[in-house]
Order: sequence, then structure tokens, then C-alpha cells
Amino acid sequence: MNWFRRPGFWLPLILVGLIGILPVLTGSAATREVVFTILLSIVLASSLNLLLGYTGYVSFGHIVFYGLGGYVGFYLISSRGQPLWLAMIAGGLVPAIAAFLLGRAILRLRGAYFALATIGINEAARAFIRNFDPFGGPVGMQLNFQVYTDYGGAAQALWTTYFLALGLALAVLLASYYMKSSKFGLGLMAIRENEDAAEVMGVVTPSAKTWAYVLSAVFPGIMGVLFFFKNGNILPGDAFRLHFSIEMIVMVMLGGSGTVLGPLLGAAAYQRLRGTLLVTPVFRNVQLVVAGAMLLLIVLFIPQGVVGWLRERVPWLRKVLE
Amino acid sequence: MIGILLPSLVDGLLLGFVYGLAAMGLSLIWGVMNVINLSHGPIIAMGMFGVYLLFSQIGMNPYLALIVVALAGLLAGVLIYAVAVHRVINAPHLSTLLATFSVNMILIGVGTAIFTVTPYNVDFSLGSVSLGPLQLLGTRLAAAVIACLVTGLLYLFLARTRQGKHIRAVANNRVAAELMGIPSARALALSFGLGTMLAAIAGGLIATFFPFTVLSGGGYELRSFVIVVLGGLGNPLGALFGGLILGTLEGVIPVFMETTWVPVLEFVLFVLLILLRPSGLLARRV
Repeated sequence: MNWFRRPGFWLPLILVGLIGILPVLTGSAATREVVFTILLSIVLASSLNLLLGYTGYVSFGHIVFYGLGGYVGFYLISSRGQPLWLAMIAGGLVPAIAAFLLGRAILRLRGAYFALATIGINEAARAFIRNFDPFGGPVGMQLNFQVYTDYGGAAQALWTTYFLALGLALAVLLASYYMKSSKFGLGLMAIRENEDAAEVMGVVTPSAKTWAYVLSAVFPGIMGVLFFFKNGNILPGDAFRLHFSIEMIVMVMLGGSGTVLGPLLGAAAYQRLRGTLLVTPVFRNVQLVVAGAMLLLIVLFIPQGVVGWLRERVPWLRKVLE
Repeated sequence: MIGILLPSLVDGLLLGFVYGLAAMGLSLIWGVMNVINLSHGPIIAMGMFGVYLLFSQIGMNPYLALIVVALAGLLAGVLIYAVAVHRVINAPHLSTLLATFSVNMILIGVGTAIFTVTPYNVDFSLGSVSLGPLQLLGTRLAAAVIACLVTGLLYLFLARTRQGKHIRAVANNRVAAELMGIPSARALALSFGLGTMLAAIAGGLIATFFPFTVLSGGGYELRSFVIVVLGGLGNPLGALFGGLILGTLEGVIPVFMETTWVPVLEFVLFVLLILLRPSGLLARRV
């Protein structure tokens, strides 16, 4: 395996590793929180990219899987007293099953109809959780602080979730890379370019689309478990924030959809920018305006994103950036 | 039972006209240029705040203020089209969805910076009308009448005027319309403006009887999606019909179960409709 000859493979992994090692070197909790947010965004953006970038289906409600996974995992930990690893497995599995069933139905829709359906599903899920008493209804759930003692105290538990998030980010990028270079991924990209033609060429489009949807649902689910375990409480409004779905799309578009490196760069850049805007007094109130203007400029002028644009302009980079 | 059901039914029905008006704007834009306008919600909120500002600062009658708001909505729509939509009008759906959504973000951002997210209300009353056992709020009745009036005017405009005919021609076949010498960019900009104008008017009408925040446009935008799918995407009159159905549901469901279940049912209905009858309830089976 001459993997070292393929920078497209190891470059994203090394980048995430470098970002991830930062808080360990400094040992500072503040850096860790910042990097955790970036890792969270990388996981969400990269998994959305599996659907949006490779398959070309715009999901405006992808956050539904993050919320669902978070709720399932949180329920297992807080109300059933299950360990974190089990919650993580369940938090990945339940969204996957949900995506499989949903995908069977809504992936038949194309273009704008699919996007509208995903918005509807996100709103329906949030409204449902608000009324679902076992999950705490509108007030959500809280973790008993005692839970953290099993993981060596609250401080240690925060580091554990951090490393798990780092591992998850690496796993998403690996999945993203292998998906892109596999026959399965090629089929998805054929669907993106022209679904009817792909079908004629022998891609079994319903099942390919469904599996892409399932894969892109697993990672946000697990990430949801980690985030809300760390957070200590969960609310319907936090778990199913439609806005967050859009931010994921902004990150993917900023970096370059359909690339492995793009969502990673987009997520890191977007979160850094947002952090800077939030602490700058002039921009604190208008950070949404800045994000919106940025998205508009990208959509209008460089719809292929930073990585896509670089690949187009600088030929030798095509070998380096996947 | 009838004693509770009838008033909430009528209330919902009156509200439905206003919902339908908002949805009609969305439907018009879709019908003419196949764009789903995700900045619909903030425009509705802009209509609300427009009426609020004119009423509380200058003391203008809310229904007079509505005319100003409508004109502002028309201009805002033309501007949004020119800045954000025109360049990507032929690009894949993702581009127009994202472009209009970025406009949404910008408007919401500016709105929250100016007004924060505290609720406002227009302190205005037209009394109420007694109709047998029914007590109808004057503002709601007026809103329903105005919604019908605006719908009628829109149809007259589309059917009788030259500009309206241009819009219909472009909606039918843009390339052919261009070959016939119709300035398609102008027709598209105008129809986008008309769509946002309807949203702004609907927002202004809602403001006369409900409290609102900068973010409440989002809820009405989502309702507009449901309604548009109910009536068939791109069919403005169907949108009015869909609005009446949704308004009735919103009026009647709380009689039978808790109000918080209304959105659950609405969105489940929405997803089912998209799956089973994407061309709307009114459409003929193909």
C-alpha cells in the first residue's frame, strides 16, 4: 500500500491530527473547548458532504440525526444508567435506521422537493420531541453530575469525550476518502451529475442513495451523543436547530463540496471566523449578517468552494488535494 | 361541542386567508422561476415591523401603512432578485436555495441587531362583530377581506395587464418568451417582487392581531411551505385554498388535543403530501 504517495489521503488526517494535538500540548481547557467545537463541525460538515457533495442531494435538515442520536444516547445514560460506549453505539445505530427508513421514502424526491421534505422532517422531529414525555418534553433532560465519576470525574470525562470526538473526526475523513475512491462513491457522483444517466449505466440508484444517506447519518448521531454527554443537558431547541443544518451547508460550500479536504477546511475556517466575530464588539451582533454575506458571495462567485477553486486554477494541486 | 367547534373553525378559516396570502407569494415565485424563496420568512417579519413602526412612530392607520409596506416589499423583492437570484437563476437548485437562504440570514441578522428578539405588538383594535353565536374580531375579519382583495387584484394584474401577461409568458416558457421579445429579466424581477410583496402584506396583516418577534417570520414561512404543497407548487389560487385548509386545521385541532401537537401533525401531513401528492391536492392525477 503506497499510501504515502497519495497526499489526498494523509493530508486531511495529518491536519486534523495537528489541530487535535494542540490542547494536549498546551493542556489548556479553553483551547480544548475551541478545538472540540471545530472537531464537531468537521464531523457534521464531512458527513453532510457524503450526501450533499458526492450524491448531490441537498438536505436542509441534516441536524435531525445529530439531535436524534444525542437524544437516544442521553436517554440511555441519564435514565437507563448505561455506559457511554453503549450510548454511542445506540446513538449511531438509531439515526442509521431512521435514515434507512426515511431514505427509502424521501430519496425518491428530487431537487427542491427533497430539500423541502428534509425541512419538514426536521420541524416534525423537533415538534414531536417537544411533546414526547420520556425524553423530557419541552424542558429536555439533565445529567446527574454523579454520572461523571464513572469516567474519573468531570474533568477527566471532558478529556475522554474530547479524544473520542477526535477519533470520530478521523474516522469520518477516512470514510469520506474511501467512499470517494470506491466504486460505490463513483456511482454516487454519477447520480450527482445525472441521475437518469447513472441509472442507465447500471448504478442501482435507490440503494446507492439510501446507503449514502445512512452513512451520512451515523456520524452526526454519535457526535450528538458526545456533545450532549459533555454538555450535561439536552433541549429540543438545541438538538434540532434548523440553523445549524444551514451552517453545515455553509461550511461544506466554503471548503468545496464533493472533496475530502474541503469540509475540513470549511469547518475549521468557519468556526474560527465565527469565534473571532463573536468576540469583536463591532461584529458580535451582526455575525449572522457576515455569515450570510459570505455564503452569498461563495454561491454567486465560487460555487465550487476553496478546494474546488484551487484544483481548477492550479493543475499540480489536483494530485495533492482530494 | 358545536359551541366550541364553530368559533374556532371560523377563527381558523379567517386566519387561513392570511396564511394563504403569504403562501401565494411563495407559490408565485416558484411557478414563474422554479425558485424556492427561503428568504420568505424574514420578509413576512419585515412586513410586521413595517406596520409596527409606521403605526407606533407616526401614528399611521395600520391599513394605510399596509400600502407603504406593500410598496417596500415590492422594491425589496426586486432588489433581492437583482443581487442574489439573477446570477444563479439557471444554476442547479442548490444555488438558488442557498442564495435566498443567505439573504434570509442577512435580514435576520440585521433585524435582531436592531430589534433584538423581544416580542412586539401593534396595539390596535377594530372591536368585534357579533354574528349569532359568533364573536368575530374586527381585525381578523378585515385581514381576511384584504387578503381576498389582494388576491383578486393579483389575478386582475396577471390576466389583464401587459406586465402580467409577460410574467405568465415567462412562466410558461422562458426561452420562447424571450424569442417573442419579452424582457424576461424584468418579468422575473417583477414576479419576485410581487411574491415578496404578498409576503410583506401578509406579515403586516398578522401584526394587527398577533404579537411577533424578528424570528416569527420563520414559523409563517414553514406554514407557507405546507400550504404551497397542499395547493400544488406554482399554483397561486391553490395556495389560497391550502391556506384555508391549514387555518381550519389550526383552529380545530386544539379543540381535540393539546396545542403543542399542532406542528407535529402539520409537518407530518406536509412530508406525507410531498411524498404522495407532490403536485398538490387540487392537481389532476397524471
